[in-house]
Order: sequence, then C-alpha cells, then structure tokens
Amino acid sequence: MTDEPLIYDLSSPGRRGVRAPLPQFERVDPSDALPASQLRSDLPLPEASEIDVMRHFLRLSHKNHSVDTAMYPLGSCTMKYNPKVNEVTARTPGLADIHPYQPPETAQGALELIYELEALLAAITGFPAVSTQPAAGSQGELCGLLSILAWHQSRGETRTQVLVPDSAHGTNPATGTMSGLQVISLPTAADGGIDLENLEESLGSDVAAIMLTLPSTLGLFERRILEVVDLVHAAGAQVYCDGANMNAMLGRVRPADLGIDVMHLNLHKTFSTPHGGGGPGAGALAVQAHLEPFLPGPRVVRNGDAFELAEPSPTSIGRVHSHLGNFGNLVRAYTYIRSLGAEGLREAADDAVLNANYLRASLSDDYDVPYDRTCMHEVVLAGTRQRRLGVRTLDIAKRLIDYGIHPPTIYFPIIVDEALMIEPTETESRESLDHFIDVMRRIAREAESDPDKLHYAPVNAPVRRLDEVTANRRPNVRRQPSADAH
Amino acid sequence: MSYAPNTDADRAAMLRTVGAESIDDLFVDIPVQHRDPTLDLPPALPETDAIRHLSALGARNATSSDRPSFLGAGFYRHFVPALVDQQLLRSEWYTAYTPYQPEMAQGTLQAMYEFQSLVCDLTGMDVSNASLYDGASALAEAVLLCRGVTRRPRVIVADTVHPAYREVAATYVSALDVEFQVVPAARRHGISVRPDVQPLADAIDDQTSCVVIQRPDFLGMVVDPDPVVEAARRHGSRVVVVIGDPVSLGLLVPPGDFGADIVVGELRSLAGPPAYGGPGAGMFATRTQLIRRVPGRIAGRTMDLDGKNAFVLTLQTREQHIRRERATSNITTNQALVTLGATISLSALGRRGLREIAEQSLSAAHRTAEALTEAGAVIATDAPYVNEFAVHAPGGAAARLERLRKEGNVLAGVDLGCVSPTFHDLILVAATELTTAGDVEALASAWACTR
Repeated sequence: MTDEPLIYDLSSPGRRGVRAPLPQFERVDPSDALPASQLRSDLPLPEASEIDVMRHFLRLSHKNHSVDTAMYPLGSCTMKYNPKVNEVTARTPGLADIHPYQPPETAQGALELIYELEALLAAITGFPAVSTQPAAGSQGELCGLLSILAWHQSRGETRTQVLVPDSAHGTNPATGTMSGLQVISLPTAADGGIDLENLEESLGSDVAAIMLTLPSTLGLFERRILEVVDLVHAAGAQVYCDGANMNAMLGRVRPADLGIDVMHLNLHKTFSTPHGGGGPGAGALAVQAHLEPFLPGPRVVRNGDAFELAEPSPTSIGRVHSHLGNFGNLVRAYTYIRSLGAEGLREAADDAVLNANYLRASLSDDYDVPYDRTCMHEVVLAGTRQRRLGVRTLDIAKRLIDYGIHPPTIYFPIIVDEALMIEPTETESRESLDHFIDVMRRIAREAESDPDKLHYAPVNAPVRRLDEVTANRRPNVRRQPSADAH
Repeated sequence: MSYAPNTDADRAAMLRTVGAESIDDLFVDIPVQHRDPTLDLPPALPETDAIRHLSALGARNATSSDRPSFLGAGFYRHFVPALVDQQLLRSEWYTAYTPYQPEMAQGTLQAMYEFQSLVCDLTGMDVSNASLYDGASALAEAVLLCRGVTRRPRVIVADTVHPAYREVAATYVSALDVEFQVVPAARRHGISVRPDVQPLADAIDDQTSCVVIQRPDFLGMVVDPDPVVEAARRHGSRVVVVIGDPVSLGLLVPPGDFGADIVVGELRSLAGPPAYGGPGAGMFATRTQLIRRVPGRIAGRTMDLDGKNAFVLTLQTREQHIRRERATSNITTNQALVTLGATISLSALGRRGLREIAEQSLSAAHRTAEALTEAGAVIATDAPYVNEFAVHAPGGAAARLERLRKEGNVLAGVDLGCVSPTFHDLILVAATELTTAGDVEALASAWACTR
C-alpha cells in the first residue's frame, strides 16, 4: 500500500471543497462587528476538493483493521459485533437532532430512554440505582470513587487509601490518584485470585475502598469473592467493581448480589456500542442504595407519566459531563438490550465464555497457560515457551497481523510474563475460532522452525514495524507549518 | 438472539474439546446461591420492531425541523457536509478500536495526526491531543495539568465560562487540595450586560495556578483577553482558554497568538447533530513545553523499518496503561469517531468554507438581533459578539421562553439565569449559517405577540 499524503498535501490555493449554504441574510462585515484586534489574519486550513477529501479518508480507512473486517480478539476490550440496527436507531432524527438545552417537555422520548436504560442496567446488574452520565469507563471509575469518598464523609470519616490488585487495569490506580487517594497494590495469589491474608493485613481504617475487576484481568472469576466483600465491609471500606468484563456475567450473576457496592459498565464493551477507533464509549455507574444520594447529576426522574431532570442534589458529587453523557451511545446500548432480551444477553455471556474456554483448551498444547483452569470470557496465554526460542510475544502478535487477524492484548496483565490476553467474544463462530487456532498453531511452529518470520513480521500490512523510539524522543505530532503558508 | 453464530451442534463439539458436560459447568466459580438469577427484562425485539419502538421514542422529542431553534450555549447547529456521515458509517472507522497495533491502524493514526494538525492551526497552539470526552472534562483536565505544573492551590474561573464546564471542573478537583474560585467577569448596567475583567485580573495572585476564560464567552461576548493574560503573566499563572464555538475560530484571533497556555473546547458542532449533548469531543491544545504532561492519546509521525512514513501512538509513558497511579490522567477511551467527523468536516469546508460559515453565523446573529429589536426587544449584550447574544426578557427569561415556545412555537434560546441569578432576565440567543430568514421572522413575531 502506498503512502497516503496528508490532507494538507491535497490542498491547492483557491480550490473549493463543499460549498457553504446560500446566505440567508444581508452580510454583516466582521470588521464592523468586531474590533480589528480580535480578528485573525489567516486561516491555515487545507483547500481540497470534495472528491479528494472523500478519497483521502476512504483510502485511509482501508489501512484499518476492524471488527467488520475479521477477528479482533483484543482482551479486555470486548470487540464484539456492532449491530447495524443500533446505527439506524442512533441516527433517528428524533434521537439525534435534539438539543441538550431544549426544555424537558420537548425531549420526553430522550428522557424516557435514559430512564428506561438505567432501569434495564439495574435489572442486569442487580444494583438499585444507575447513572448513565459518565462518558467512559474511566470517568465512571472517578464517579465511583468520589461517591465512595462522599459516603465516608457523610459518616464523618476521612479515608485516604485505595487497594488495587496488581492485575488491575492501569485506569484503576490512575483513578485512585485523581481521587486524591494513596494507591496500595495488592499481590495476586497463586491461583490467580485475591490473597485473603494479604488483603486482611492491608485493610485498615484508612482504606476507603478496594477496586477489583470481576472477572479479573486473568479472565478468572474470583472464587473467594464473598469472603473478600465481607473482609472489606468489616473494615468499613467499600467494594468497587471494574465492570469492563461484565460480558462474562450477563444473566449468570448480578454483581450487586455478591455485595459489591459500586460498579461501572462499559457500554462500548458489553453492550455493543462501537469503539469508534478509540471512542466514544459510555461508562454507566451502578450503585447500591446507600450510595445513590452521591451519584452525579442531573438525573432523570419520573413524575407520573412525565420525565424530568433533577439538578444534582446537595449530597451529589456533582456533574461530570456537560450534559447527560454520551447520549448517542445510550441509544445504541438501549437498542442492544431491547434487541437481545434476557435470554439473548445470557446467551451472549454463555457463548463468550464457551468461546474463550475453547481457545484455552485448543491452544494449551502450543502455548503456556499460566492459570490453567476454567476461564470466563477471556483467556490469558503466555509466550514463555516461545521466548526460550528467542521469540517474544510482540513477535507473535506482529505475525498474527500477517495472517489478517488483530493481535490480542499483549503484555497485560503485567503480572503475566509475555502475556497474550485473548477475548474472542460471543460473536465469533466456531469456524472463525478454528481459523484463529490454526493460525496460532502455525505461528508456534514457525517460532520453532523459522523464528525470523516472526521477528520481521508483519510483512503483509500497510507498514512494517515502526520506529517508536524516535517518535518519543523527537515528537512530531502535527504537520509542520510551512514558511509559505497562506 | 445474541448475534452469536454458534449452533447447538457447535456448542456440543466445543464443550467436548473443553472437557465440560454443559455450559453451566463453566460458571461453577460463581457462588452457587447467586448463580443464574432471572433477569426481569422486556421481551427481545427483532430489528424491525426495535426500529419501530425507538422511532416512537424519537417522535416524542422535538427536533430542529419541528420548530425554529435558537439554542446554542456550546452546542451549535452548524452545517456538516454529507460526506462526513458517509465516512463515519464505514466499518473500518467505527468498528475499530484504539490503534494499539499501528501496523493495522494507520488510517486511524493518520486521521488523528491530521486532526491534531487542524486543531493546532485553528487555535495557534503547538500541540494537540487526540481528544478528551467533552469540552467540560477537557477544562477539568486543563485545570489538573496547571495544578501539577505550578504546584499552586488556586484556580480562578470567570463566571462567563460555560456553567456546566465549571461544575465538571469543580467535581474533578473536589477530592484534591484545590481552591476553586469563580469570579464575575460580566456586569449589568441597567438592562445591558458588559464584560468586566478587572475583578478577574485582580483575583490572580502568586498562589493562582491558572485562570480560565472563555471566547466567545458564555454570553456570546468577545472580550479583549490582554488584561487577564498580562495579570497571569505577572504572577506566573497559566491561562486556559475555553472556545465557545469552534466555528468562531474561522474569524477570531487564535488563542495561541494572545498567550494562551492551554486551549480547550467542544467540537461536536463540527461533526454532527447535537445528539442531546453527547457524544461530543473535547479539544485540548497546548504549548510544546507541556507535551509530556498532556492527558490522553497523541498520534506521532515516524517511519517504519523500510523508512516509509507512518504514524504511531506516542509519548505513551504519560498514560495510565503504562504509568498507572503516576499517569497524567485516567482517561483511556476518548471520542475518536467524533474527532474524525470534525477532521473530515474541516477538510471538506476548508479554509474558505469555515470562514464563510463563521461569517454567515455572525451575519445571521446580528440580523436576528435587528429583527428582535424591531419587534420591541432590547438587546442586552453591550459588547462585540459573533453568533450569540443576550436579549432582555422583562419579568424573567424562564417565563418568556415558555411563552415563546407555547404561543409562538419557537425555541428562542437559553435562560442565562444558569450563569448567575443576576442574569435571570436574559435569554441567550444563538444563530448560525443554518438559521433561515423564516426562523428569524418566526422568532420576531413570537416575540412581538408575547410582549
């Protein structure tokens, strides 16, 4: 594939792209309306034709791999099929062309959708209260920790620490810091679960909460979850659950039933809203009743047949989004849940878990499985056997690219050497999994017979491996404005 | 129905490979007393029925084609070229994720790099990230960055900054040792409202990490930023500028030219309809010296093994997946698809197109003000403005807005009481290049008949 020039390189002075609308009013000269000192003298944007712009971005799109291209088993990201009906409903004019400041009386359908979605998510997770305001999982985490801190404060307590297992997503400790908490790392036990003894030692009157991921990032369900919850509660702390992996639990367990206090949901993972090349997501927050007064606001409330917006209550942590969150994605997630129903959701979890276990069982002869027991929606392999042959997990990942498959998440969780974290999701068929297994086995053979094939992979992608060191040392993060710019 | 392709025969064969009797066996780690709850959900809907149901919900919302709308306040109805959504519906864009494997994501990465370049060109700043959640969280992150750089406790925010942005920033710093001070930056003179930045400049001291101003401000006014910037410089404080409407940058001097340290704003209006306020996309641009403290993803240009031009996520040691509790932010997912829309839109409009829609917005707003004046209204804004202004509503904005909607069938604007009780009798009216002469006639006649 050839280099695609920058959009700026398709520019030619005086060339026109799309036309602005016909003026509706007699022109007001900007220099009559605004002081000269406030007006800019140049606007260095490209001048490209419409067809060139269309072709440019079309050609760029061809350089991407996507869920609709082929398998995308990125662990912890739940790259499932994004149903097309969701894109249709999200573009319904009545759900897209609505303004956040139009009066609630003129947005009853939108408010009802938010209200009903919160109720559906409550039913799925077992929590009595849900806020769909957070824009993504990380913002949900921040809301969750701030809510927990506010709850402690309401009881006259100030707690300063958060416990985070060493297998956690990096967002968890980063959120702890943003919440002003000291982050204490908890080691993982030999079976991949939480080390109860260590937990007990770490729990003191300074601990505000533990943030755990369920199933864990090792793809394992925490077998001692009830003991963990009891220990944490006995110490007066709260249990925060990172819900990135909710896809494994749909219809199989409601996290609230386990005694968890707060949980965020990534609607762009479990509930099929597209990942958009990096976003937007949506990160609903679900809480037990004692934390409801602290949820972010405004919230949608029902008053008889009408839906209203209630401003944040005095106890609320406040607002975290300009408006009511990523509404467009709420429409998609709502469509998804209504499309699947209870049975469909449970089937999704069942097939996601079966698919992951099928990969585990099928690949354990060729790759090390550090925690080789029944996994949930994802399986963590280790390229440790291949490392002894001089091949790294990175090489395995890059070789997968040559076979047209997106690599799994690699080198995460960080507690697993040479980790390959594979999440097939329920929307891959047995044939698709068999193809992946076949390719992974072939790569294991290549590692033995022709390791350079892996070292020099990929060779079938738009570009080969990149010089990331120079990119970091001398960052070039924008087009260099040329001296002869307009 | 779960979009899962496996048949029962597939499942049986796979279970044999796994060595399990049934799928239930795979869930035995869940405490038995909590296993397999019944989910009380409405029955599943096939595609046609789902669309019908969602259309019915949509029909209970008024859209901009139902009645003239002069709502703005951060979300503006701007022209988005048809090719934008055609591109956004391409699977290669919307069903991909963060470009962790650059060899398979050069499209997304180059688009990010072009987006960053366009933001820098629009704002006059040196570097931009690939987006944050929305304008509000972008402001919150800017405030956190300034706190980290200066190690000073105080944040000074003009009350003419979008009130929701102020609230979000306050939430973000609520658990940290930050003094968040909102200072009036506009004053009433009878009916009129004028900028008054002296209290803001006076509030800045040696403990101030940053001062936050908005352009055009939330009331629509374009204010000379120099006194505030100079005061900030004197005290070693940073200047954060919120852009009220990105299209205004087609006309207004870029903040990089008057000394902004960080520029943030909401880009949704460039990418699609307002979608009830989200997903938006938060712009975040700053100076080269601060690049290693920037939150969120950044795409960088580099070369591959063969010396071919290529793009990659760069400076990732800032980010949570590497740096964990020492990361610059906890953000992971951003608003990539919305920024892609803005990138394509800006590319297709180009230099001339953006300038034209900015000018048309300005003309539309000023002609709207004239029409309102003829209808007996008093324009309260006593300052230069681009496409948004305040009109006086004797007896209160809320009551008048309701009458204008119910009796005149127009959404005339936003009640400025949300900024400060001082402004409870002001309505914020926005117009853009999509405002028609008919819309303005409807507003003017509604105004006249609700007097």
